[in-house]
Amino acid sequence: MKISTQKRTDMIISEVILIIVSLIFILPLILALTMSIQPPDAVFSFPPKILPQGFNINNYITAFQRVPFFRLFLNSTIIAVLVTVGKLATGTLAGYAYANFNFFGKSFSFAFLFATLFLPAEIIMIVPLFSLMVKFGWVNTYWALIVPFMASATNTFLLRQHFMTIPKELEDSAKIDGAGPMDYFLKILLPLSKSMIVGVSIINFIYAWNLYLWPLIITMEDKMKTVQVGIKMLIDSEAASDWGVIMAGTVSAVLPTLIVFFVLQSIFVKSLTRTGIKG
Amino acid sequence: MRKWTPYLLLLPTFIIIVLFIYVPAEYSIKASMQRILPFGKGTTYIGFTNFLKIFSNADYLYSVKFTILYVAITVAAAIFFSFLIAMLLVKKIPGVKLFRTLIFVPYAISPAIAGALWTFLLNPIVGHVSYFFQACFGLQIEWLTSKPYALYAVVFASVWKTLPFNMIFYIASIQDVPEEILESATIEGANAFTKTWKIIFPLVSPITFYLVIMNIVAMMFSSFAIIDVMTKGGPGQYTTNMIYRLYLDAFYFQKAGIASAQSVILMAIMIVVTLIYFIFGQRKVHYQ
Repeated sequence: MKISTQKRTDMIISEVILIIVSLIFILPLILALTMSIQPPDAVFSFPPKILPQGFNINNYITAFQRVPFFRLFLNSTIIAVLVTVGKLATGTLAGYAYANFNFFGKSFSFAFLFATLFLPAEIIMIVPLFSLMVKFGWVNTYWALIVPFMASATNTFLLRQHFMTIPKELEDSAKIDGAGPMDYFLKILLPLSKSMIVGVSIINFIYAWNLYLWPLIITMEDKMKTVQVGIKMLIDSEAASDWGVIMAGTVSAVLPTLIVFFVLQSIFVKSLTRTGIKG
Repeated sequence: MRKWTPYLLLLPTFIIIVLFIYVPAEYSIKASMQRILPFGKGTTYIGFTNFLKIFSNADYLYSVKFTILYVAITVAAAIFFSFLIAMLLVKKIPGVKLFRTLIFVPYAISPAIAGALWTFLLNPIVGHVSYFFQACFGLQIEWLTSKPYALYAVVFASVWKTLPFNMIFYIASIQDVPEEILESATIEGANAFTKTWKIIFPLVSPITFYLVIMNIVAMMFSSFAIIDVMTKGGPGQYTTNMIYRLYLDAFYFQKAGIASAQSVILMAIMIVVTLIYFIFGQRKVHYQ
């Protein structure tokens, strides 16, 4: 009896702590949303309001006028989609090579690839990659924002790791049926890896959408900048104290990643369980 | 044909890796030992002069000191709290799935947006957190523009952004701790504190080690956006860390040689971190 009451108080304490912690992690977003739809007179109300005092879309309109947000969204979308697609192409091909082939230089090239994990992009970007882009004439272009990110070691490893779990017998029987290596890759390996491909795509999309330093330094004109840099432009703009507008921009900028996160997370989990059932 | 297939498969990845990572890295090392003359008049080899210059530069040394302080606090806090929260999130209590999802949300939020959100919440006029401190403790603080509060502000935003990533790893590894070990500990009279810190924490140490390394890298480099949005390295240069210093020297002060030397130092630090990871990590990490 005593143990069960102790367990119950233990549970209640855990529950309360978790509610508080969850609030710390989710409230900033909710308060930003509240602020973004606050009517002008409520923006500076003191004490600050937790719930919106009305519904006011004007902050969003102003935010999209003050910085060219439509263009920035278009840029971020183009970049994130193409980087994701590019990384999937290079990563599945390279992952396939490492998972299913033996060849001269395999472990050396693998180590060579692995070493890049420890050369953080930021160090490479600031001076040398920037200079290289100047030489290529790629400054202020989509090329610079997309091409350097179309392959990565992490990406290759995740896909290789997954391809290694797919039974070798499938490859052998495909070979007996006369299928070439690319037939096996396109018709068997990729379809069997849907869940992993979705998972890797989520990670890559969020990564590319969230890039900040690189678009900040490699773009000169506002029309080539991305949503992330747009937030900074809003904060630094002349009406910097207009927090309703700044938060409208912030909420818009975070929406795509949150949608990808929530929608695809469930697809990701579902496809995982489905392949699990199929055995 | 089949003999050449793997090389063709690897070609796209290696073209990009070599062209956009290795070539620039090599350029940095070369440029760090050159004086780059203005107006494209070429370069002269000057050995280690750039390195000597930055090590006698007070601003640079300050950024090193600040980086150590900032990384130490954020990594310690992110590890400690993510472990504690994960311990609660593996319990069978109502709503635990919802809590996990909510706490995981900042993972999808960029450092720049995390910075914007906390800039707003800490704003002395409209910010809720700022109001909370005023209402509860009577403190009126200019969070982002005064010492030492600017440090607390960037630390808080950084931990908020990083903790969810750690938490997911801890949940997975705490769930892998064998039930029997905990049961036999209970029979021998171990209390919750002992079980947590003397049994579970040591058992998940491989993942802690991995997370510490990952967090150090994140705090040294991806912190750029948080600092740029929240404080711009200020007040003065109070929150200027090494990556922000590098950015300032490269783009504001246009000192390419000095900036390259700083990149090379950061690369050297990363090599040391990598070696530590492989020498000590390989022994501990269990692959499943």
